[in-house]
Amino acid sequence: MSKTATNDIGEPMPADVHERESSNRTKATPRRRRRPLLSITTRIDSRRYLAISTVAFVLFVMLWWGITAAEIVKPMFLPSPERVWQRLSALAAGGQLWDDLGISLFRISFSFFLACAMAIPLGMLIGSFRVLDAAFEPMIDFIRYMPVVAFVPLTILWVGTNEPQKYLIIWLGTFFQLTLMVQDCVKRVPRDFIDVGRTLEMREWTILQRIVLPSSAPAIWDAMRICLGWAWSWLVLAELVAASAGMGYRITVAQRYFQTDTIIGYVLVLGLLGLASDQLMKLLGKTMFRYQERT
Amino acid sequence: MTSSELTLRGVGKSFGRGNRRNRVLDGIDLTLADNEFVSLVGASGCGKSTLLSLVSGLQDYDEGTIEVGGSLVEGPGRDRGVVFQHYTLMPWLNARQNIEFALKAAGYSRADSTRIANEHLALVGLSESAEAYPSQLSGGMKQRVAIARALSYKPRMLLMDEPFGALDALTRRDMQELLIDVWQHHRLTVLFVTHDVEEAVFLSDRVVVMGRYPGCIREEVNIDLPRPRKPEVTGSPEFAELHWRVMSSIKQEAALAS
Ligand SMILES: Nc1ncnc2c1ncn2[C@@H]1O[C@H](COP(=O)(O)OP(=O)(O)OP(=O)(O)O)[C@@H](O)[C@H]1O
Ligand SMILES: [Mg+2]
Repeated sequence: MSKTATNDIGEPMPADVHERESSNRTKATPRRRRRPLLSITTRIDSRRYLAISTVAFVLFVMLWWGITAAEIVKPMFLPSPERVWQRLSALAAGGQLWDDLGISLFRISFSFFLACAMAIPLGMLIGSFRVLDAAFEPMIDFIRYMPVVAFVPLTILWVGTNEPQKYLIIWLGTFFQLTLMVQDCVKRVPRDFIDVGRTLEMREWTILQRIVLPSSAPAIWDAMRICLGWAWSWLVLAELVAASAGMGYRITVAQRYFQTDTIIGYVLVLGLLGLASDQLMKLLGKTMFRYQERT
Repeated sequence: MTSSELTLRGVGKSFGRGNRRNRVLDGIDLTLADNEFVSLVGASGCGKSTLLSLVSGLQDYDEGTIEVGGSLVEGPGRDRGVVFQHYTLMPWLNARQNIEFALKAAGYSRADSTRIANEHLALVGLSESAEAYPSQLSGGMKQRVAIARALSYKPRMLLMDEPFGALDALTRRDMQELLIDVWQHHRLTVLFVTHDVEEAVFLSDRVVVMGRYPGCIREEVNIDLPRPRKPEVTGSPEFAELHWRVMSSIKQEAALAS
């Protein structure tokens, strides 16, 4: 019985290659084609990946070192890597670095958690129900394009210069963005999945919990990761303007005394923290959503 | 004459509003007997999927009545299991959990859900893959789990919209035989949409040919081939004749429409 690749009405039928168990008849010598390294779909193993990215970092530091060693720029504007390292070690030994770090980490964790805890439920509701979409989406879209920087003086007038003002800045910068990103993730849940819930006579609320949430979770996690990146900037902004502790505060103080080594050291630490938090989120996402991978 | 399980009377459906209003189905009368296997065939766009979604209750109809087991269809329900054309297994659940998902929604206890899910995985020959996630299953395996899921909570009817449309010819044939086995085991009423005429004739007690502009029922062809049917039946003259009758009905329709 032979069937062609078209069906009876003459429309082509997509053949599912994975289904053809009988097609591996050719058992000749295994010969793997070497893929060129610069081909769009070429994958590299994690060891090689790590090696390449480490080399990139080393090159970056060497460039920096070269510029300062050749005295192209005055040390007051760009201190050498050694000087920055010595300064950071001193600050770490004296405990100041850890104090600043601790305060900043708490501020960002707390405000980001708050923003997520509010944005995820709201975004899910807006993404699922047209009525709530109409009520909130245009307004939030409007608010999120207002510059957060311009809110700094306002927040000081509203809540003063204490801790809540820092939380408020970070929250303002992330909550509105994240809400609309979550809404978008929820809208991309396949219609068929929801229809499966309907044919099972699930209630709307159950569909939301059992189908919409898990189905959009990987995308929401990615949105959170992106927002966390922004949150670092808002943290430093809040601390630069009106603070008496934290990473951003130390940077403004250092500026007053022309301590460029402290400024650069702290900026590098902030960069490292951002990198670490991003990689951590990626790793957690990979473990939580392992089911997406083929093994 | 057995009792009728599904009855459609004068069913009509339009999409859009105003002068963009598009009449997709018009005056559909159709009756399925208890345990009957009926296929809907017809050219692309004639409204097969729409008709099926009206019966499933996922879309509302504008005119006429649809009754399942004597009561009016007013939305989706667990008396009708649906197998979709696209893969609809929940990717975060493994094969067994996907079936348990439906059973729990239908109110079964955790222990019962697991037991029934295992039985149905065995029914579709996938006991080995119970722990596999959809991303690790082939297209054919995914549809088998979807069939098992739709059957697990014992619906009166099974509604299928081109469930094997994305599969290659060999897998398709396996799936057809599996479906017939399952159908005989469960004794339920099936409404099956396909545009593969051979598939329709091989599976069905009756093939309903639909016409277009607007979608309507053109002809019904009784398939009186004896059961159980072996794949060899597709080579018999009786099969060829029935195949030809359905084909020419569709072709005539296409010629009329153009
Ligand atoms: N939601 C919708 N809004 C507007 N028009 C629609 C909608 N769904 C279907 N239609 C129209 O209804 C007609 C029938 O569509 P339907 O999907 O039922 O056809 P079909 O017979 O299943 O076709 P195919 O064999 O290609 O799947 C088509 O002309 C389509 O454009
Ligand atoms: Mg269709």
